[in-house]
Amino acid sequence: MTKVPSTMSWRTGDNIASRPWRGRVRDYDLFKELTIGVVVVGLLVLGLSAIFSSPDDPGVTLKSWAAAAPADFVATATAELGGSSGTAGYGPPYNSTPDASQHLGFFNPQELSGVRLAIDTANDFVINPLKTQSTQLPAVAVWTAATADQQAKWAANYSAALAAAPDGDPAQVAKGSYGPVPELAGALLGMARSGNLDGVLQNSGQPYNLNYTPTILFLGDGSYFPSLAAAAHLTGDQWGVMNETGNTPGQSWLWLFSLFYQIEPFKSSPNADILVVSTMLVLSLLLTLLPFIPGLRSLPRKIPIHRLIWKDYYGQR
Amino acid sequence: MSTVKESSPDPELAGTGAYTWTGKSRQWFLRHLPPEKLLPEDQPSYVASWAYVFGMGAVAGLIFIIGSGVVLSLNGPQWYHVSSLGHFTNSVHLWSVELFFMFMVVHLWIKFWMAAWRGGRLLTWITGMLAFLVSIVTAFTGYLLQTNFDSQWIAFEAKDALNAVGIGAWFNVANLGQIFMWHIMLLPLAVGAVVALHVVLVRAHGVVPPLDAAATDAQLRDSTAGAQDPEAKPS
Repeated sequence: MTKVPSTMSWRTGDNIASRPWRGRVRDYDLFKELTIGVVVVGLLVLGLSAIFSSPDDPGVTLKSWAAAAPADFVATATAELGGSSGTAGYGPPYNSTPDASQHLGFFNPQELSGVRLAIDTANDFVINPLKTQSTQLPAVAVWTAATADQQAKWAANYSAALAAAPDGDPAQVAKGSYGPVPELAGALLGMARSGNLDGVLQNSGQPYNLNYTPTILFLGDGSYFPSLAAAAHLTGDQWGVMNETGNTPGQSWLWLFSLFYQIEPFKSSPNADILVVSTMLVLSLLLTLLPFIPGLRSLPRKIPIHRLIWKDYYGQR
Repeated sequence: MSTVKESSPDPELAGTGAYTWTGKSRQWFLRHLPPEKLLPEDQPSYVASWAYVFGMGAVAGLIFIIGSGVVLSLNGPQWYHVSSLGHFTNSVHLWSVELFFMFMVVHLWIKFWMAAWRGGRLLTWITGMLAFLVSIVTAFTGYLLQTNFDSQWIAFEAKDALNAVGIGAWFNVANLGQIFMWHIMLLPLAVGAVVALHVVLVRAHGVVPPLDAAATDAQLRDSTAGAQDPEAKPS
């Protein structure tokens, strides 16, 4: 019998890969193999679970943030008021900050998606929560009566003063023109310390609410939450995409996605996210459609790892 | 009785084929996936390698993922914070996912080196890749559902990639209710359907022969252990 090299095409034709097998067969018990597989994998899963368990670090609350890093909380609340926080300048889908979105040339899907999850950081994160207090703060009325320019000026002045103060301590800030901002930020800190702000920011006035977007974004605008993540090796530049808290393996199958964030030109690009996601989509599509791609689909013949896989078969020639 | 049959001939017995949608569908399934293909008791002689265990390993992993996921669903996403049984179930869920992906990735690479798409097996390859990609999204939503520090941070970080490509406006990773439904209903249905289709396609097309196989394996020595040759005929 002469050897007939198999075509690498996916097409059905008159060849050995397309015809029903006419050669020898061996006994095979599908259900027995499945049962053995389930038992072996089951033992592995139970063993790994018993030995390594699973991590469960408690979440961060606005209350725990206010207690652990009050200066950072006040600086963040001030940035939310002044529109200088990460969320305030994010662009779609939270707001329409100009030139904030990522793009690939003229293609700007972030802009196209529009402001679907509208967030006004000053009102949603600071002013509206303060308005829910039983005693209305006069500073709220002063803030809302001021012009946008005046509000921005007060907040910018106070942000600069906080940054200049020792340890950013609000108690050691130099005198200046801050309007009602110190009082608003201080009152919000008080709400957070008591635990009220967690509930108010989360429920948005509804008895049931499963949407944590405001809390997560507010937390992320500060330095405390990201510093905890950095200590746990979870930030993007620490391969955080595929890491998990503790020593447990995380989403290790995202290694390539994570790798792109560590290398140029992705690493320092202002459009890093759209570049990395687009690259991964193209690579995934190439792998899915690999049988159509001449050259790539012939690699298995050129690098004969199949000789190892079918070692027994080839060995019996 | 025979007179009844004669007066109303069965289209199948008469060789005309089924004439209803149901009958035609049955015929299609029986032609493409006869019971002996769906639940075979033998396989070609070349199906004898350690390389074949990883696909079955991934299926076994998926069974444990679904089982532990069902137990977690019975009690809600925060149960495992306060119950030792819940925490162990959560660990089983995590480790079966880790093994599922490990088996699936090894299976994928082995099928690449086998060029397993040959001979009309294109859709088997594509459904396998889809199973891998949909599983990645499913696992991601699981990490967002942990209701702990890790899920908070992943939600904060992952929003940027999704927002940059315009998906974040509709698929909001910080919206626990939305992610909960995707993780316990929409995506498991998708993974289940794609994996089921993949397995059925494997059975329908059979296991791809070696790259250098001959038309039959008459070239092999007779020492093939346990091999039978029921179709011993010249090709």
